[in-house]
Amino acid sequence: MSLEAIPSKILYIDLSSRSFWVKDRHELFQKYLGGAGVAIKLLHEEIKPNVDPLSADNVIVFTVGPLTGMYPLASKTVAMFKSPLTGNLGESHAGGRSAISIRMAGYGGIVIKGASDRPIYLAIHGDKVSFRDASTLWGMRSSYTVGRVLREFESGAGIRSIMRIGRAGERLVSYACVVTETYRHFGRLGLGAVWGSKRLKALVISGRRSIKPKDPKLYREVYNSIFDAVTKSPLMKKYHELGTSMNITPLNKLRALPTRNLKEAHFEDADKISGEAFAERFLGRRVACAHCPVSCIHLAILREPYVTEPYFYKTTMISYDYELIYALGSMLRLSSPEGLLKLIDEVEKEGLDAMSCGVALAWATEMLERGLITKDDLNGITLKWGDFDSYIRAVDQLVEQSTEFYKALAKGVEYASKRYGGEEFALSFGGNEMPGYHTGPAAHIGYLTGARHSHLDGAGYSIDEKSLASNVKLNVEQIVDSLIKEESWRQILSSLVICYFARGIYRPDMVVKALKPLGYDLNEEDLNRLGIEILREKYRFKFREGFDIKKLKLPKRVSETPSPSGQISPEFVMEGVNLYIKKLNLE
Amino acid sequence: MMVSSRLSVVDVDLCVGCQSCMFACTRRFGEGGLSKSSIHVRSAGGFERGFVVIVCKACEDPPCARVCPTDALRLRIGGGVILRKEKCIGCGNCVKACVIGAVFWDDESNKPVICIHCGYCAKFCPYGVIKLETQEGGKA
Ligand code: SF4
Ligand code: SF4
Ligand code: SF4
Repeated sequence: MSLEAIPSKILYIDLSSRSFWVKDRHELFQKYLGGAGVAIKLLHEEIKPNVDPLSADNVIVFTVGPLTGMYPLASKTVAMFKSPLTGNLGESHAGGRSAISIRMAGYGGIVIKGASDRPIYLAIHGDKVSFRDASTLWGMRSSYTVGRVLREFESGAGIRSIMRIGRAGERLVSYACVVTETYRHFGRLGLGAVWGSKRLKALVISGRRSIKPKDPKLYREVYNSIFDAVTKSPLMKKYHELGTSMNITPLNKLRALPTRNLKEAHFEDADKISGEAFAERFLGRRVACAHCPVSCIHLAILREPYVTEPYFYKTTMISYDYELIYALGSMLRLSSPEGLLKLIDEVEKEGLDAMSCGVALAWATEMLERGLITKDDLNGITLKWGDFDSYIRAVDQLVEQSTEFYKALAKGVEYASKRYGGEEFALSFGGNEMPGYHTGPAAHIGYLTGARHSHLDGAGYSIDEKSLASNVKLNVEQIVDSLIKEESWRQILSSLVICYFARGIYRPDMVVKALKPLGYDLNEEDLNRLGIEILREKYRFKFREGFDIKKLKLPKRVSETPSPSGQISPEFVMEGVNLYIKKLNLE
Repeated sequence: MMVSSRLSVVDVDLCVGCQSCMFACTRRFGEGGLSKSSIHVRSAGGFERGFVVIVCKACEDPPCARVCPTDALRLRIGGGVILRKEKCIGCGNCVKACVIGAVFWDDESNKPVICIHCGYCAKFCPYGVIKLETQEGGKA
């Protein structure tokens, strides 16, 4: 069956009663496009105020957009839920095959409610939805194995997505992630723990539909121009060649690469773990998300000899990216690329958000260094900068939550530092751990205000970088204006689920063109207005759930360690945060 | 002298699994998505192992045509087959006969889709994995 170009069907699943139903929500997709826009509306509808994020009352929303399956790089799935890490809006995006599979199965979105009483996994093949027993998968030590089992058992090779959680999600670590296709993640804000609390181990989805545009001829023309731009643009080439890890070297040169829990913003051994070093020594394969010709996913090959068996090797493929190298590398001062790969692999197996995990381990190392905790708190492990073995063992203990300290750390550095001290150097922004850009005040205003608390919210780092390059210091109002402008446009991109790497191609005029043959009649102004509206909808949800600027604080460490833009003033940052909220004009 | 063409997989190790080729094949009909695609790319058992590109090999004596009870699959010049839709009864025998799985199914028309070796997909493969090759003296 072919679908209409504007998505409409939402699949609702109730895990408590093991039932499902489909509703036509054409009006939502007509007005809010898809992705982030539709997800925030559904979240408002589905989640009652003040529910416990780890209770059956939390709801998981997945959405894709009208460009998914139609144009290249509209390849992300947006997940929204209430975050167990921040207690507020949770938003996380992942690629892989997730978005294409959801759309090709016939849906614009999926809403998962309730909780199962025993481990379960969902198999969605087109219209067929099955609730399958996942007792055997529960507790498996590696998220790779779970993927392998499901790959053998379920149909749909090549047109399916296999999402799953690791032990971290089962054991409700607040920053557990959901892994999709082994190497992509709904990384931030703890979606994995929400799955764990619902006893949802995995979700397999597949389909093979086609989609009828309103104007097929125009559709092919626009397609060709986008494809051309994507495959010829130098912008995309960099993502293909070195991938995001190309950022290590320039950010380090700039002195904006957080190192040793941000005691410094420069890593003396950065050249050993840079994108160039990985590409030259370890790169084994590049892969792509479905319907994305760029292929920015970089897999390293790690070959480890067995100590006991001569000429026996364990060969592992491990995906790396800028954020992982920052959080598990420079933050922990790891200069051994092999050690770093092993640590990344461990984090991947357990299903943790690499960024939160790295920041948590960095904070714990400093806690031990200052004598605020002891070896006993760490169950005998001495965390030491650069000692990857100790970190690998600590990840296991963290997931096991073998001591009171690990239990607290599993709830994030903000929570743990409230109990154990060390708040001044706990790099938490509204409950979420810091991304890897210490570029200047705009980045930090962005971390505190962004809905996803990601460096990709409003791209503060790039505002800082531009101001550095042009040697023009921006005042607080200028920073806030550019953050809001960028972030509201990003609401459109993430409603169309366009990968942010393609933002240089999907500029406003291109988006207008791409939407036309599908049957949307929107101009640039309409899009800008809608972007702001979606951003405001998110804030309405945040405030409803108790978001409070007065409770937000810039970690002291941020203002102590100079950034390339100079010493960061907490007053300046907080003024920016206040102005940001004021300018959004929520009432 | 007859000139014919066929799609060939030049180097599967270059494939990144982007599936641009699959989407291109359905787009020949002005549609998005995949239901009309006659090329399929899947992982070789996990992304880390690379990919498998499944497409009609243009058999000279095609088993898919041999098992067709209504003669709906006519031999194509240069190998492979062409579907005569009006004759096809949707029995699915051809699907089973092609051991490499290159007969795909379009649920909408309830008929097979098999590569016609037009090469449209190859234009959208950014990595040169697949190529349309022309050969002289193709057999019918
Ligand atoms: S569909 Fe299969 S059996 Fe038929 S010609 Fe192609 S490869 Fe041969
Ligand atoms: S050659 Fe033509 S028919 Fe065959 S797979 Fe490519 S686009 Fe489809
Ligand atoms: S377009 Fe080329 S690289 Fe992409 S999946 Fe097809 S064959 Fe592989």
